[in-house]
Amino acid sequence: MKRDQTVDPAAHAGLSRRDLLKVAGAAGAAALAPTALTASAAQPAAPVPLPVVPVARAAGPLMNLTAAETEILSAMVDRLIPSDELGPGALEAGALRFIDRALSEAESQSADAYRAGLAALDRYSRYSRGAAFAELPVRDQDSVLIDVQTGAATGAGTGFDGSSAGFFNMVRDHTWQGTFGDPQYGGNAGFIGWDLIRYPGVRLRVTDEEQRMLEAEELEPARRSAYDFGQFQTGRPAPSERGR
Amino acid sequence: MPQQLRAADVVVVGLGAAGGVAVLPLAQAGLDVVGLEAGTWLDRRDFAPDEIRNNVRDWPMLVKKAELERPTSRANAAQTANQIGSHPMMNAVGGTTLHYWAQSWRLNPWDFRVVSETARRYGRARIPAGSTVEDWPFGYEELEPWYDVVEREIGVSGQAGNLRGTIDPRGNKFEGRREREYPMPALRWTAFHDRMAEAARGLGWTPFPGPAAINTAEYGGRAGCGYHGYCNKGGCPLDAKNSTHLTTIPKALATGNLRVVTRAHVTTVQVDGEGRVTGVNYLVGNNEYFQPARVVLLASYTYENVRLLLLSQSDAYPNGLSNNHGQVGRHYFSHHQGGAVSALFPYDLKAWYGLPAQGVAVDEWADDNFDHSALDFIGGGNLWAMSDRRPIGAASMSTFGRARAWGSDWKRFIHENADRSHSFYIQKTTLPYEDNYLDLDPRVTDALGFPVIRITGEFKQNEQRVAAFVQDKAEEWYRAAGAIEVTRAGVGGAMGASTHAYGGTRMGDDPETNVVDRWGFSHESPNLGVLGASVMGTSGARNPTLTAQALAWRTAAHLAESWSSIAG
Repeated sequence: MKRDQTVDPAAHAGLSRRDLLKVAGAAGAAALAPTALTASAAQPAAPVPLPVVPVARAAGPLMNLTAAETEILSAMVDRLIPSDELGPGALEAGALRFIDRALSEAESQSADAYRAGLAALDRYSRYSRGAAFAELPVRDQDSVLIDVQTGAATGAGTGFDGSSAGFFNMVRDHTWQGTFGDPQYGGNAGFIGWDLIRYPGVRLRVTDEEQRMLEAEELEPARRSAYDFGQFQTGRPAPSERGR
Repeated sequence: MPQQLRAADVVVVGLGAAGGVAVLPLAQAGLDVVGLEAGTWLDRRDFAPDEIRNNVRDWPMLVKKAELERPTSRANAAQTANQIGSHPMMNAVGGTTLHYWAQSWRLNPWDFRVVSETARRYGRARIPAGSTVEDWPFGYEELEPWYDVVEREIGVSGQAGNLRGTIDPRGNKFEGRREREYPMPALRWTAFHDRMAEAARGLGWTPFPGPAAINTAEYGGRAGCGYHGYCNKGGCPLDAKNSTHLTTIPKALATGNLRVVTRAHVTTVQVDGEGRVTGVNYLVGNNEYFQPARVVLLASYTYENVRLLLLSQSDAYPNGLSNNHGQVGRHYFSHHQGGAVSALFPYDLKAWYGLPAQGVAVDEWADDNFDHSALDFIGGGNLWAMSDRRPIGAASMSTFGRARAWGSDWKRFIHENADRSHSFYIQKTTLPYEDNYLDLDPRVTDALGFPVIRITGEFKQNEQRVAAFVQDKAEEWYRAAGAIEVTRAGVGGAMGASTHAYGGTRMGDDPETNVVDRWGFSHESPNLGVLGASVMGTSGARNPTLTAQALAWRTAAHLAESWSSIAG
């Protein structure tokens, strides 16, 4: 499933993006095993290979978006944090599931912006690049997204009615949240996001010795959700239990 | 008609940082105290280390009164004010002390004497044009015992720099004389903090750890800090943050003299024909109550203190309570904390486990700690190298122009650099000006139909020059510590809403220019007191909470001592 940086296998094999997602979901972890990091700076980060975790790219049917909308969003999210030689990306982390769940709850006011934005993205893609966004080669997907990010894809009838940059930032913010947030919300599957940024995990008490170990690169990541501690309530406080 | 309740000696409106402290000396003095709080009790089950819940989405408050009365904001009177996106404060017993950073500074002595000290050293003409700044009605020395009592009572950790006149270079050598040490040692430093301190010393500066209302050892029967990294806008799962809901409020309740009413939405303060306050009206749900009291202490946030006064109109006060001199809402300013300076380092900072109250301070460029003779501004900024890193925030970091902020290049960038960026927190002297103020918005109302507060404010030339000056110092420090990129934000424009909002009910001896007297009681309505940073006339270059708490304790102690003359 690891894709070439410039050639979209879907465009060559005649597969739809959704077919690819299904294939990826079935293929499982092996195809996604990351290769060694490519260092890019004078003092590269400690070369810790990202762990191999079982991941799936497909989110399953989404509650708040149609199959066509899901296909466009999936393609976009896949370009924001791609699966590549460094390891799995936002799709494997479950960012789509996170976004879908958020649209039912905390971000329900954004559902219309998603529907309109995804339609505009596809419209702009067809108008400016001659194909649906999900069918474009990744290089063209990226150039479309640059237009969207910079606001250049704005234009009623051919692109976004409002600022395309607003849509881009909304999707990117949610993709980040679905990749780097607590797994409680449906994203960051297998702690893909936390491994990517080398976050050593949620702890309630970090002793002097543990901080020293962290500084010596000796501290093992704590792979847990905040809610694995059993101390914390999810959602809103329960008023009936309160008061003095 | 509201239901008339049994009269109290004192009603305190708001049980946050200031009101939550004031109830203790009142209750200990044997006064019958009612505390009205819009929010509810929350506890450590609600304080999950969860960035989405605490930092991305709304905090899990049960009551969102503040959110329904968000101020409007504009830079100047020529503009139309727009409602801000979210309110900076929260509703709960303990208020914003539940999830604040808990930095607990004393102001420096200069902050109390800005006018006279500037005149003495540089000449009166150096006070910026249009500023309404005054000296406080007393100096640092007057507040020192009250700082001391609050530091002991809630528990503040830190390192003294001036202990009974002896300078200790491990602490802030510019601080005012302290009579006692902090009750607990300062929060620990990491290897990065050591490196920053070393760099500061290399520049000839005196780095020191800042003070925090956070336990560093068991104190008050509660644990020391766990450095878990979710302190910023998070409650403490270990109860190590000394919020008033854990410290002074429970202790006041234990006297049997404090009654706490939660979900109490105060709408107006009532007065009699002579202009004395008689109590407050409040709602719980749709039920309306009148709480009579011999003394009323307003202790909500700056915006709501001012709004309640302006909404409480009567024959005695047609323009709002205690506003017959037109001073309510004047001398407003919010702390200039903008003009950020950020850096990228070529090494990991290992900053994941830490908190914003933990770090390295430099005070050389704050207040009047350096010679301003050849400069074109007064005041300065405190440089604060803190720890504050969570995963989503780290991934959202600036790429310093080194990568587009998405895609495979970006993935490589954050894999390497997510723990390599840093931003100084730089609090700067901010002055009041005649055209920065609060009033009632003419268009926008809350859910009950009452106008919200309108903020008219912008950072002026003096504040912008301070910002530019300290940005130079910040960059110098970063470079000395090995930063490979340094960026600066703009030096300031519109103020907007802030967690450091000052003035509006300024304290001073002159009723023509101040709402409350040197004890915190109204110049016009003698049994009305005001608590919180709304009484502060200068900001200093550091967080206001401890000063607001020391003032609140002092006002409450004065009330208890002078009960018959104030209560009438």
